[in-house]
Amino acid sequence: MIPELGHFALVIALTLALAQAILPLAGAATNRATLMGTARTLATGQFVFVAGAFAALVASFMANDFSVVNVATNSNSRLPGPYRFAASWGSHEGSMLLWTLMLAGWTFAVALFSRHLPERMVARVIGVMGLVSAGFLLFMLLTSNPFARLLPAAADGRDLNPLLQDPGMVIHPPMLYMGYVGFSVAFAFAIAALLEGRLDAAWARWSRPWTTAAWSFLTVGIMLGSWWAYYELGWGGWWFWDPVENASFMPWLAGTALIHSLAVTEKRGTFRSWTVLLAITAFSLSLVGTFLVRSGVLTSVHAFATDPARGIFILGFLVLVIGGSLALFAWRAPRVGLGGGFSPVSRESLLLANNVLLAVALAAVMLGTLYPLFLDALDAGKISVGPPYFEAVFAPLMAPAIFLMAVGPVASWKRAELPALWTRLKWAFAVAVAAGLILPFAFGRWSPLVAFGLLLAAWVIAASVVQVRARIALAPQSGLSARIAAQPAHWYGMVIAHLGIAIFIIGVTLVKGYETERDIRMAPGEKTVIGGYEFTFTGTKDVTGPNYLATQGQFEVRREGDIRIVRSMHPEKRVYQASGQTMTEADIDTGFTGDLYVSLGEPVGDGAWGVRVYHKPFVDWIWGGCLMMALGGILAIADKRYRSRMASHAKLDAALAPSKA
Amino acid sequence: MRAALTALVLAFCGAVFGQAGPKTPDANVEARMKLLAEELRCLVCQNQTIADSNASLAVDLRNQIRGQIAEGRSDAQIRSYMVERYGDFVLYKPPFQGNTIALWVAPVVLLAGGALAFVVLVRRKRAAPDAPSGPRKAEITRLLDAKD
Repeated sequence: MIPELGHFALVIALTLALAQAILPLAGAATNRATLMGTARTLATGQFVFVAGAFAALVASFMANDFSVVNVATNSNSRLPGPYRFAASWGSHEGSMLLWTLMLAGWTFAVALFSRHLPERMVARVIGVMGLVSAGFLLFMLLTSNPFARLLPAAADGRDLNPLLQDPGMVIHPPMLYMGYVGFSVAFAFAIAALLEGRLDAAWARWSRPWTTAAWSFLTVGIMLGSWWAYYELGWGGWWFWDPVENASFMPWLAGTALIHSLAVTEKRGTFRSWTVLLAITAFSLSLVGTFLVRSGVLTSVHAFATDPARGIFILGFLVLVIGGSLALFAWRAPRVGLGGGFSPVSRESLLLANNVLLAVALAAVMLGTLYPLFLDALDAGKISVGPPYFEAVFAPLMAPAIFLMAVGPVASWKRAELPALWTRLKWAFAVAVAAGLILPFAFGRWSPLVAFGLLLAAWVIAASVVQVRARIALAPQSGLSARIAAQPAHWYGMVIAHLGIAIFIIGVTLVKGYETERDIRMAPGEKTVIGGYEFTFTGTKDVTGPNYLATQGQFEVRREGDIRIVRSMHPEKRVYQASGQTMTEADIDTGFTGDLYVSLGEPVGDGAWGVRVYHKPFVDWIWGGCLMMALGGILAIADKRYRSRMASHAKLDAALAPSKA
Repeated sequence: MRAALTALVLAFCGAVFGQAGPKTPDANVEARMKLLAEELRCLVCQNQTIADSNASLAVDLRNQIRGQIAEGRSDAQIRSYMVERYGDFVLYKPPFQGNTIALWVAPVVLLAGGALAFVVLVRRKRAAPDAPSGPRKAEITRLLDAKD
């Protein structure tokens, strides 16, 4: 009964989504307030019914209803509760429902927090989001029904993939999808602006908090995915330039460019068309990413053939959304108008350079991700494009972007003078060069790559210090704390996000430069030394988990040359009972200056095991940096200028209405 | 579906550790082996290098590389040996050849295009009028910042 109710709720949600798409857009086009006024109500209704459907799916999973195909293939009666909950979005169908729920949620949020916006803008934004939502609901109902029944019911489920039975995997997909789907708001604002034929500072100000919110979620989502890969896959890697990873990274790059372009559009009225194009791109890449990952095309180009109905729907939907919005862009963008001028050295030009570099990097990542698929589809050979390619292409593009990132906030809008910039930044530059030359020795070995990475990070940090000091010194308030408090939250957000990049670079540089690993055979009683720590393998013991049996390795860790045990570590080799799959569960000793990482391979006879031991200096700074970026985004949204009631509708409406002339 | 495939492949990859690495590794050989193995694809895995994978094929190939290094073969010789056996697919860094010209050249072309766009835009903007949209802009800013 519950699955049928869920299914029915989806049908109602679809009709509401269609109404939400048609009525407000028609109202905005014909200037009818009654029709425009339906937007918020319909968005709320759609959210309620999609949430109801999602609750029905979760309830089916929690109740172990194995008469539902989705539950029978992705859950098991012995699966612990939190993972049964997460299994709701473990499948293609479930993840589509999660996506739609997020979209309905964002639309609902727009309906709630848009009281200060002109009615027509709100109607158009909610209408566009309704169109997207209708597409997803239709896709689910026609090709990917999460509530399909299985008759007769299975006695027990096939279990959730053990790789996904992990706390990280419980929160990674929702965060990632919050980010992906969040860009739909920026997209809807962009389409609304194109329909209106008007795009100015006010529009940019309204889009900014939504875009930054989506970007922050996406940052956390990607970070969680990377962290999960690190501890769960058992070989200690944190980013592999895997197509699935790239699919989430491309919208992030577009979103990062968009945030910066929006800043220029708001402050200076420039880059308007480019901003709109980026908003369309960011969301289009989110759509492509979702479908690429979820359709299985990335694993094999032939995956589409296994379910042609899905493939054709997806292609049609993408062509409609992306092609339609690009066509609208080509038609209306010339009306959007140009902004003011700026000199070749100015904050605008620096942000333009940042956008150019991010766009090229994005194109390169896309090329590397899709190239092997094209070759394969054209029968022109099978090649692999992996980390060596992406590192060779991506790093040289990002290095100048990061160099300029430190200069941008110090440069003034419209016109900056190079000599003045040099005067302000020369000490920061000296500090950076010194850090690059000297710091690597502190870690043992000097190498050009490590030196360059640390130089960049130090440059960003030192330039931030210069910037913060100058800004606070120049504030008109008396007293240091008053001056600190007087600075706007969005500015602090920017500084923290930029520092997050520096922290991230330090983590990447040091772990790449100085990580050590041992891949050896160890019998009980044997020792190995790594990163100044001595590991003694004392044997294994059997452990029983809720739905698995495990062999747990016992390791004693001492500092080299000391007899005291500083830590005991217990990596596991698990066999999940329902599926019979084997999983490697690494044990990680997390520390501020680095991790110790142990994972078990296979027994090699006489109680000996294949063992991998890693020392990963500063690896956690990678994710720490990402969290700082997201925190910066949250601070930026918290800025009170986004919350102030600004002005009455009527006044803004009047100001924004197309001028009669 | 993809999850199932991943699971299958991972089960396969995790299945056989075979013999692990040597008991007393030679640091130089290990370092060179690791650099090479990081560029080579484990063909039976989802998307893993030979350095990362625990599949028996990867373990075999790691030992192969160790052996060939010990025989004094160069990195290039070892790489071409792998390509002879497994094709270009084994290389994570695709060679520069007929079907990869676009892959390697495009980023350079894109960057050149980006640089050109930058120069053109900056020149145009230098000549552009100064104030963005005059009184309208001021009005909007005033309304946006009004506290009422």
